[in-house]
Amino acid sequence: MFDIVGFIPRAVVQSIPLLYGSTGETITEKAGNLNLGIPGIMYVGGISGVIGAFLYEQSCKGASMNGFLAVAIPMLFCLVGSLLMGLLYCLLTVTLRANQNVTGLAMTTFGVGFGNFFGGSLIKLTGSDMPSITLSQTSLFFSRKLPFAERLGWFGKIFLSYGFLAYLAIVIAFVCAYILKRTRTGLHLRAVGENPATADAAGINITRHKYIATCAGSMIAGLGGLYYVMDYACGIWSNDAFGDRGWLAIALVIFTLWRPNVSVFASILFGGLYILYLFMPTGTNLAVKELYKMLPYVVTILVLIAVSMRRKKENHPPESLGVAYFREDR
Amino acid sequence: MNKSRAPLIHITKRKTMPWYCAWGVRGAAIVAALIACAVVTMFMTGENPIAIYAAMLKGAFGTTRKLWILGQNIAILLCIALALVPAFKMRFWNLGGEGQVLIGGLAAAACMICLGNRLPSGLLIAVMTLASIAAGAVWALIPAVFKAKWGTNETLFTLMMNYVATQLVAYFVIIWESPKGSGKIGIINQTTGIGWLPQIGGQKYLLNILVVAMITVIMYFYMNYSKHGYEISVVGESERTARYVGIKVERVILRTLLLSGAICGVAGLLLVGGTDHTITTTVAGGRGFTAVMVAWLAKFNPVGMVFTSFLIVFLGRGASEITTIFGLNHSYGDILTGIILFFIIGCEFFINYRLNFRKSAGKEAANV
Amino acid sequence: MDNKVAAVKMRDITKTFGATVANDKVWLDIYRGEILALLGENGSGKTTLMNMLSGIYFPDKGQIFVDGREVSIRSPKEAFDLGIGMIHQHFKLVDVFSAAENIVLGLKGSGRLDIDEVAKNVKAICEEYGFEVDPYQKIYDMSVSQKQQVEIVKVLYRGADILILDEPTAVLTPQETDKLFAVLRNMRDLGKAIVIITHKMHEVEELSDRVAILRHGSFVGDMLTKTTNAQEMTNMMVGHAVVLDIDRPEPKDPKPRIRVEGLTVRDIEGVVKLDNVSFTANSGEILGVAGISGCGQKELLEAIAGLQPIESGSIKYICDDGREDELIGKDPLSIQSLGVSLSFVPEDRLGMGLVGSMDLTDNMMLRSFRRGRSLIADRKTPKKLAEKVVEELEVNTPGVSTPVRRLSGGNVQKVLVGREISSAPTVLLTAYAVRGLDINSSYMIYDLINKQKEKGVAVVYVGEDLDVLLELCDRILVLCGGKVSGIVDGRGASKRDVGMMMTRLGGAANE
Repeated sequence: MFDIVGFIPRAVVQSIPLLYGSTGETITEKAGNLNLGIPGIMYVGGISGVIGAFLYEQSCKGASMNGFLAVAIPMLFCLVGSLLMGLLYCLLTVTLRANQNVTGLAMTTFGVGFGNFFGGSLIKLTGSDMPSITLSQTSLFFSRKLPFAERLGWFGKIFLSYGFLAYLAIVIAFVCAYILKRTRTGLHLRAVGENPATADAAGINITRHKYIATCAGSMIAGLGGLYYVMDYACGIWSNDAFGDRGWLAIALVIFTLWRPNVSVFASILFGGLYILYLFMPTGTNLAVKELYKMLPYVVTILVLIAVSMRRKKENHPPESLGVAYFREDR
Repeated sequence: MNKSRAPLIHITKRKTMPWYCAWGVRGAAIVAALIACAVVTMFMTGENPIAIYAAMLKGAFGTTRKLWILGQNIAILLCIALALVPAFKMRFWNLGGEGQVLIGGLAAAACMICLGNRLPSGLLIAVMTLASIAAGAVWALIPAVFKAKWGTNETLFTLMMNYVATQLVAYFVIIWESPKGSGKIGIINQTTGIGWLPQIGGQKYLLNILVVAMITVIMYFYMNYSKHGYEISVVGESERTARYVGIKVERVILRTLLLSGAICGVAGLLLVGGTDHTITTTVAGGRGFTAVMVAWLAKFNPVGMVFTSFLIVFLGRGASEITTIFGLNHSYGDILTGIILFFIIGCEFFINYRLNFRKSAGKEAANV
Repeated sequence: MDNKVAAVKMRDITKTFGATVANDKVWLDIYRGEILALLGENGSGKTTLMNMLSGIYFPDKGQIFVDGREVSIRSPKEAFDLGIGMIHQHFKLVDVFSAAENIVLGLKGSGRLDIDEVAKNVKAICEEYGFEVDPYQKIYDMSVSQKQQVEIVKVLYRGADILILDEPTAVLTPQETDKLFAVLRNMRDLGKAIVIITHKMHEVEELSDRVAILRHGSFVGDMLTKTTNAQEMTNMMVGHAVVLDIDRPEPKDPKPRIRVEGLTVRDIEGVVKLDNVSFTANSGEILGVAGISGCGQKELLEAIAGLQPIESGSIKYICDDGREDELIGKDPLSIQSLGVSLSFVPEDRLGMGLVGSMDLTDNMMLRSFRRGRSLIADRKTPKKLAEKVVEELEVNTPGVSTPVRRLSGGNVQKVLVGREISSAPTVLLTAYAVRGLDINSSYMIYDLINKQKEKGVAVVYVGEDLDVLLELCDRILVLCGGKVSGIVDGRGASKRDVGMMMTRLGGAANE
């Protein structure tokens, strides 16, 4: 029988990095920036957190670690690292009006390289035999579950068995959805992505909105990298382990039609699809599992096609997505 | 005039910049980038920059073998970048090079494995070539059909197709894995060498280099002198103009993507049949994405792309030498590549726009 | 009216784009409680001047005073803060937003956006001035006139008391125009300063209190509307008394060439753009097409050229030997392969007729590149053609390998017309062939068109300047709201009659 109680928590933990990534990318895209650097940014977020945690663990060798600092330092490192990446992207695409696709891909090359480089260097520093670095102490603080989760049986397992970053991801997604839909800032942001000339004429500062949305988006996406190492991977950083989750997060943005609140559920679906192969009774046929892993991408493509065929305006990507804005263009 | 309240920096679009100035700006950007890289490397290793660059040169050109590897890497990267050029010229963002190469390679591998014992090597190579080209072309055609018919966003579509291709390869890797349980396909037909592309003059990589050189020349003429190349430019610049003169835009999109995918398929063939003689999910190794930058940096000019792909491969090879000498890890090359790309990407701004500062409004262009 | 402080004073305003001087030391005063008409020909710099007031452009030189205080308007937001609001010709609305969302866009206020509250306020404004706007309706569901109303409400919602309208009537039906004017008068009486940019004389006379005139980017003068008349304003606008004196040779042996019957066209949204249009264009004759812009001129030409899907009707091409070919359902390529040599000078020169980033040679190739079986495109012949066009039409360009985008408007048009007539057409369609061109270039274009006519080409000339249409064309087809309002003889008709027919089906019938 399909083990639903076992499946859901695993789908959820898979979904959290995707949810962070897609929420970040959604608000970035809503401001008209197609940031293909998200996979790189998530790497940078992850490794920055690892560096922070590593430094802190080293500094209190032997002594007991302060729970607050053990969480706050990696988070701060992660946010700063991904913020810098976001700023770099904005500098190039918004201020210098470079091509967004090319910049994004360059950032992904850089970000993945950055992650693996420092990951590798830290591994070397620790002198471990394994090609990975383990920060299990810090991880304990990140993955600490709600104390009464154990006592509530399947309910606790499905809803309460996650580290705080998982709940934070869901909160952030709903907050972003609310901001986009119900607040003035959200309205302005969407206007910037849809029609910057109009937004400009209405007195909205295009540059500032693009910077803020993209940097905030990068920081949120960066947290996805942090969650992955600290909670999902139990504090073990190994190079390239994060894989293609960043691209999956971008796919998720399209899948949800640019709605972070939908992303909360869609990311669990994607997470589920991502690990479905582990739960399918395929017997000895390991190969079929690889085909199951294709599902999230195929589903995204189908959504993309369906959206373009239906021609419903609300479901389309932001009108000026990927286009730099220059006021005096004539 | 009330100068004190005018905006501090006023940006205007440049009408045009002479080509030598434009290349001057780009050259300056590369120099600046190299200096930045040297500073970063110094910070990492404590070595002086001269030693670092000497090591890089040695890493790229040091031995005959290294030269061949350099040539091979340039050839493959250039081949994929050339494949993307027609699509990009048409403003079709084909980010699916990675997947198209993989599928092309998969087709070649499939032929080698399934037909290895049934066909003579010469015939098998012909079949492999056709299969790779067809597979790559079909992979690119799928997003093109939807783009032409419904305007489906091709950037994201092609991106997703990469991962579908990756999983497809992963599937077949397990089906064909040898030895069983190893999770990979060893060297295919290792003893017989059936389906291996021929070596010219005993050099493993020469064929690949020659094939790509040929594609470069053909692509240069195709884009600049052929009727198709002209149609592609018109469609890319303005679809309305294209329709106005009776160009069938949908057909041009399909035809161009067939071509784009076909050349990616060739790259896959060269990788699988020519050098690796096996297939893995990482056979393209991210080159589908790097190629986007190679093409874009050279402004889609096939000749310029020889230089940009050289630059990027050189950095990668050089950086890997640094890593071994100074004990850094191999990802350092990606960081250097990233830094250089950022500089070159950024410098385009100064070619296209002019900064007018408040005091010298409209007179002096602020340049790099 | 005499002792008022000017709401806005513009002094010595200069703005250049590259080599073109859009505004040259312009002076302008705008008063409250008054409707100012800013009059000038196309390309005289009216819109540029107002864009500097609304913060879209920043002047190169000059001063702006609002209520006597010198200001610098660096962005649209700063313009709003000064109470200046502009309604652009191309509406600045976000398509996927509702009216209310568009109206509140860019405003400061509480973080949470209560759209129902906004809707209530919008309704109040609508009732006050007589607009009909549904705050919850999405922009993409709206008609042009509804969108314009949203634009005006948007400006009022922000409390603007200096309103600038850029050619507001260009897209409106006569009834909608009357409604708009009533609203504008209403606003004036409530003490707002209103500027309308226009080149239509009758609007100036009907609506404005004062008129300011620009010519080639320079300020010519302003006066009270009641103290002047159309003739004087025209003279100031054009610079000299209008004696156009365009050649009009008698048509030689005119024979029917294109016969259009019952042509009906809808746009993508299903709006009828052409309604049962029928006419014949003769060889050796210029058929003018007059009408308020957006009355189906574009669709008419594109339908003949094979670029416009057609709902019903027929377009027949009549060969010299009397054979008739149906053009409907054919694209430009299949029309060409019928042996019909049809040339089309479209309105959007760089967006449709030419490729801006390509050089002259490559643009010449657009029509001819398919020739021959070779895979290689022939560039020698187009290069020769480009050189010939440059020489014969006196195109001012550094060479034939200069991208056409870098040429001035007049030269771009010469390149386009030169290419289109080089193929020895039997039908020549032109849309606004002299828009934005200086006098010399315009005359050269008239001359070229006349030469084609003498060669026996059937010319269809869509124009906006009635004086030109009346002097150039043999017959004039007047469109009104997509219907044929009448076909008049160019030699006998009066400007007034044609003007009436443009605004009302059949013209003076109701008077």
